[in-house]
Amino acid sequence: MVQGGGLKEGETILRIEDVHMYFGKVAALAGVNLNVRKGEIHSIIGPNGAGKTVMMNCINGLYKPQKGEIYFKGERVTHLKPYARAERGISRTFQKLELFGGMSVLDNIRLGRHIHLKSGILAGSVYVGKTRQEEIASRKFIEEEIIDLLEIESIRDKPAHMLPYGLQKRVELGRALALNPELILLDEPLAGLNLEEVEDMARFILDINEEERWKVTCVLVEHDMGVVMDISHRVNVLNFGNQIMDGPPEEVQGNPEVIKAYLGEEDLYSTRR
Amino acid sequence: MGGNGMEITKELTIPRLFVTQCRKYGDRKVAMREKEFGIWIPFTWQDYYDNVKYLSLGMVSLGLKRGDKVAMIGDNRPEGLWAEMAALCAGGVAVWLFQDCMMEEVKYIIDHSDSRFFFGETQEEVDKALSIKDECPKLKTIVWDDPKGMRNYHQEYLISIKRVQELGKALDQKEPDLFEKMVNEGTGDDVCLLFYTSGTTALPKGALLTHWNMLTMGRNLMAVDPCYDTDDFVSYLPFAWIGEQMMSISCGLQIGYTLNFPEEPETAQENIREIGPHVMFAPPRLYEGMTRQVQVKYIDSTWIKRKVYEFATYVGYKAANLRFEKKPVPLGLRFLNWVASITMQKKLKDHLGLSRLRHCYTGGAAMGPDHFRFFHALGVNLKQIYGQTEIAGISIVHRDGDVKFDTVGTPIPETEVKITEEGEIISRSPSVFIGYYKNEEATQKTLVDGWLYSGDRGFIDEDGHLVVFDRSKDVMTLSDGRPFSPQYLETRLKFSPFIGEAWAIGDKREYVTAVMCIDYAVVGKWADDKKLNYTSYMELSQKPEVYDLVQKQIEEANRDLPAVAKIRKFVNLYKVFDADDEELTRTSKLKRAFVENRYKDIVNGLYSGADTVHMDTKITYEDGREQRIKTDLHIQKINV
Repeated sequence: MVQGGGLKEGETILRIEDVHMYFGKVAALAGVNLNVRKGEIHSIIGPNGAGKTVMMNCINGLYKPQKGEIYFKGERVTHLKPYARAERGISRTFQKLELFGGMSVLDNIRLGRHIHLKSGILAGSVYVGKTRQEEIASRKFIEEEIIDLLEIESIRDKPAHMLPYGLQKRVELGRALALNPELILLDEPLAGLNLEEVEDMARFILDINEEERWKVTCVLVEHDMGVVMDISHRVNVLNFGNQIMDGPPEEVQGNPEVIKAYLGEEDLYSTRR
Repeated sequence: MGGNGMEITKELTIPRLFVTQCRKYGDRKVAMREKEFGIWIPFTWQDYYDNVKYLSLGMVSLGLKRGDKVAMIGDNRPEGLWAEMAALCAGGVAVWLFQDCMMEEVKYIIDHSDSRFFFGETQEEVDKALSIKDECPKLKTIVWDDPKGMRNYHQEYLISIKRVQELGKALDQKEPDLFEKMVNEGTGDDVCLLFYTSGTTALPKGALLTHWNMLTMGRNLMAVDPCYDTDDFVSYLPFAWIGEQMMSISCGLQIGYTLNFPEEPETAQENIREIGPHVMFAPPRLYEGMTRQVQVKYIDSTWIKRKVYEFATYVGYKAANLRFEKKPVPLGLRFLNWVASITMQKKLKDHLGLSRLRHCYTGGAAMGPDHFRFFHALGVNLKQIYGQTEIAGISIVHRDGDVKFDTVGTPIPETEVKITEEGEIISRSPSVFIGYYKNEEATQKTLVDGWLYSGDRGFIDEDGHLVVFDRSKDVMTLSDGRPFSPQYLETRLKFSPFIGEAWAIGDKREYVTAVMCIDYAVVGKWADDKKLNYTSYMELSQKPEVYDLVQKQIEEANRDLPAVAKIRKFVNLYKVFDADDEELTRTSKLKRAFVENRYKDIVNGLYSGADTVHMDTKITYEDGREQRIKTDLHIQKINV
């Protein structure tokens, strides 16, 4: 199990130091620092093109920053490939769904368990002994911890591409959870959802963050300010590669610079309802 | 009775029967199964006994006294039944609420029933109970069984079902004979259920039913259609519906068949297929749903499959019609029907989970003859049942081989049914309830000299079958003065897969009109195929193409009707009728008086020369939020 990791709540789990990321001459990230503490929901907000998704990609290893360092649980991971970071307990969902459309919901989620299955091709083909135990444990985990949590019993066997968008988003979260991560990167999990689906998703995020069983630290990139301000412990504001501020939601909401850069004059921070 | 032989006496109570059955089967037989985490998990009668015993004792240690009311709400699951049985074993009275009850209804029922305990399933039900607790001072304890989402609830009157059972175990160690003692107290004449009827007109009334009522109900129904302890039954309709109590407790406990609980309400259809029940009782809308599912799949399938289907239904209908007329089916047709059965009917039945079905019942509302024919053409022994909460379930049922789809059948044993001079159906049987809780006036109106006045109109036909006309107040008078049942029209309309709900209007009016609710999924799919763009139900329902589609369905239903009963004008409503908007009862019956008042603008529009009617109204979401709707609805005329 990846869970635990020896860190106590409130200790730094993810640290980003002076990360620079250029695409040609465009600075997507220009010296960003980020400090995520264990057990918190840490949101990153900013206007379109602020570099939020780039930051996610740097954290999970899809991009390699030109300058700067990333530390996960004190270990430098800047040079590691995505799979190696996944093995250490970093998991993510994508802004644009990256499910395997032709595969069933269950298979998509099972795929997330991949790093926990140790048996080889030969052992896997006979289903005895250790392999069998491993399979049963994995099944139990998926059914009892993920499918039940996300309430997707009725779509278990449906091909992912047949599902409505809101449910696909849920399945994607399920796959990310199958990794049993310690840190989860949620890239716009609420985009394109209707009000009811947003409420459900916000609840799932709170569940995985608070439930004794999970206690997953969340890094959340999201445009829905109502939800961000309601559920985040801390908020980080980016603007064109630069960090404007980092603090608890109440402070961020009152910061004039943030309002100017991101919110305009309107009071977009008011909650949805 | 199917081989059990337990005699139902005035002394026998449900708890005593429960203990006897648990002793008889012990851990050698499965009492119930629940699908959880993707697997069917069995509970033996011994497990059932242990869970009920400790729960019951736990409630006693929390202060439950004999005669106390215990309210329950939640999906069908073993814990729900345990809670009910535990309450009964301690001498309590069970009160079930529909899981989609709105706050106001929950408050009314909890308060009116004087419930002291509340069993919820999840955080959702607990929230409902918490929000009304201050207004229901008699409510003392709230019990939950699913820990999900409950981490931040610390009120001292909240307790988990597991914890209650622990308290029960502790009490059992102190007083090992207490449970048996409790079970042996009381008689069959004691009240066991307080069931709130979903009134189509007024506030719900609480019907008091005794152990004797419930047990004789099961005995008399099974005297007509025997069940066996090897049978499987899927319990997925609300426990707050008397039909489900009749099947799960009156019959189920008596005969000892296995109850199966689906994983989630959304998986019920799939789970039914996995179990393949032997007996089934459901309101018409479920059968209508199945018919619709088949019709839609038919439209979507390939040419060759459609042809096989057409052949098999043609043959099936022919054979079924002969059987309905009690005429012999000729050898050639019998052979063709056999072919149809192999090529199509068996497979279709398997998909619907009806393969092992011996008999299935529909009741609670009227079902159209078209649906009846459909199932009989498939070889499904679907029978009509007639009853009400006040008679602990049912009083009338079709006999095998004597099914007439315009009747509801003949009385079950020990049941007399008569028609009063005014044409009202009245009945008398050991299962007739003892009165309404705290409502002497209603009791006196309903119970006269042991006869139960149903409020339904009907007559008994030449074969002794009861024909239920309609709720007396729902019968309409056509322009030529003849009485007519709007439900009959509506069920005909609903046979079309495109129509979700229908409301026929025409009482004392010049002509008949209808307000139609399209089936969003089916019409949506149809529109997709036609490349029609739409973003919402409201928009889709107002498309001219959809109007024409609905018109075609109405013309189809109009075909065999007398000229005065034909629908001349209709409107597509911008939403479906919904129980949350109080337009339907919780058992999906249309509340005519209510919709008539609510949509009086539409009704006026239908009986004026107007082409459109302007609507300005609000709709209520399940969580109580409201949204205002402003729109113009088109009125379409049909030439007949």
